[in-house]
Amino acid sequence: MFGFLGPNGAGKTTTMRMIQCVSPITGGTLEVLNMDVSSQQREIKSLMGVVPQENNLDEDFTVYENLLVYSRYFDIPKDEAEKRVEELLDFVHLLEKKDVMTESLSGGMKRRLVLARALINRPSVLILDEPTVGLDPQARHLIWDKLRSLKKQGVTIVLTSHYLDEVEKLCDRLVVMDNGKILVEGSPTGVIEEFIGSDIIEAENNPELLECLRQKEAKYEVIGDIVHIYADNAREISEYLVMECSLSKISARPATLEDVFLKLTGRSLRE
Amino acid sequence: MNPVDYFRIPSVSSRSFKVWQRNKDVFMKDIKLNFLPPFLEPILYLVALGFGLGKFVESIDGVPYARFIAPALIAVSVMYASFFECSYSSYVRMYYQKTFDAIIATPLTIEDVIAGELLWGATRSVINATVMIPVIALFGLIDLKYSLLIIPFAFFGGLLFAAIGMCFTAITPNIMSINYPVLLFITPMFLFSGTFFPLSALPVPIQYFATAFLPLTHIVNVIRILSYGMLSSSLIFDVAWVLFVGMALLVLSINLMKRRLIV
Repeated sequence: MFGFLGPNGAGKTTTMRMIQCVSPITGGTLEVLNMDVSSQQREIKSLMGVVPQENNLDEDFTVYENLLVYSRYFDIPKDEAEKRVEELLDFVHLLEKKDVMTESLSGGMKRRLVLARALINRPSVLILDEPTVGLDPQARHLIWDKLRSLKKQGVTIVLTSHYLDEVEKLCDRLVVMDNGKILVEGSPTGVIEEFIGSDIIEAENNPELLECLRQKEAKYEVIGDIVHIYADNAREISEYLVMECSLSKISARPATLEDVFLKLTGRSLRE
Repeated sequence: MNPVDYFRIPSVSSRSFKVWQRNKDVFMKDIKLNFLPPFLEPILYLVALGFGLGKFVESIDGVPYARFIAPALIAVSVMYASFFECSYSSYVRMYYQKTFDAIIATPLTIEDVIAGELLWGATRSVINATVMIPVIALFGLIDLKYSLLIIPFAFFGGLLFAAIGMCFTAITPNIMSINYPVLLFITPMFLFSGTFFPLSALPVPIQYFATAFLPLTHIVNVIRILSYGMLSSSLIFDVAWVLFVGMALLVLSINLMKRRLIV
């Protein structure tokens, strides 16, 4: 499972659309499953499942019909398609909604149906653009479960997300990108360790502390009223800081991808 | 895009039939409602114009007024069915429902999708013509001898207006703006294409203009001659016009939609 991270406008969706053979590539080469996206679009798309950022279910049809009509675009024979539709509706827990028009589904149900639709052709590659945006925690966990079980079945999954905990939990490898450029590539833990260390100590900002940190040559960053001190061994360092630097309010926590993300792409608002 | 590129033949596959099938399935869900307009409209027009207004009109070219406008009603319906299908309806599917986006994530290309839409638009014209012919025949206003030829011709006429609708869909900034071509192009055609009075009643320059630029003129000519139970050599010109302009606009509409949708 591979993740694309980056602020709004970083080029994630564009990259996804190029992988899907929908947007033309403007330079270089891009291969999916060893096939060229410019010349072998149909072959690639027949082996790919797509969960787009925006739910684009067919509002003119019921849940069941949505999947059945979609199966025709892949030339799946009707008997086989009917079998798969039942299986997939069961897989995403929508069997009891099969005769409902899609517009009356909740946000979570729509997302699950889009996921089921992306699986109708048994894809080898699954592309997900912000799969859990706007969903409640229950629905997010259900989607994560499904993605993990797909991964176990050997499906290659590529996703973008703004939920960094999601990427940290699911992805084996990731890139952080901004302005169309890749800033870093690696595993979630590898990236965190490389850029932050394993832990972060948060302390109240005061001039004495900063002076002290400078003397100790510690890695730190000032964010408004608080100071982040990057460390590999939080407990030792915080004890040390308390003694040496007369720290008062401090707390230590494990570093997350969010820390890496903000460090690499800055804290200023996008768009 | 280079001007020549707008008329480059697009590569369309037989998969566009799946898009046709999708639209047909939606149509079939409301089949009763969808069959009502082509069934009811000719009756309303024939009663109001043919038998009402017709009382005050002497025969036109030796033909009673109701018989004169009956084929025009079929032609107008052919125009409306495919134009509206490929303008407002296609725009809704493209922009609001994102149906095209969903389909191009499958082995279908955008060319396939648009071709399927155009084929479906033409099919709507065929459906309307097919429903209207027996209704008009019940009133005894159509000679059945060549009337079945109207059905295949409605397909090509339908393709022409489908392509016109799709061109506007491709360039319109929003759905409200489709009102402009309706008001400035479709409605004048409805009135000035030899539909409710012969073209010869208009000043000569306008007659030439209508023949050169108003596609409905040719559709009305063909359907009227066939419905009189005649065949005439002038049919060749009208049919050729419809086929040639239709094909050119089909190609143009697909290329314009490609330009709009591939980003």
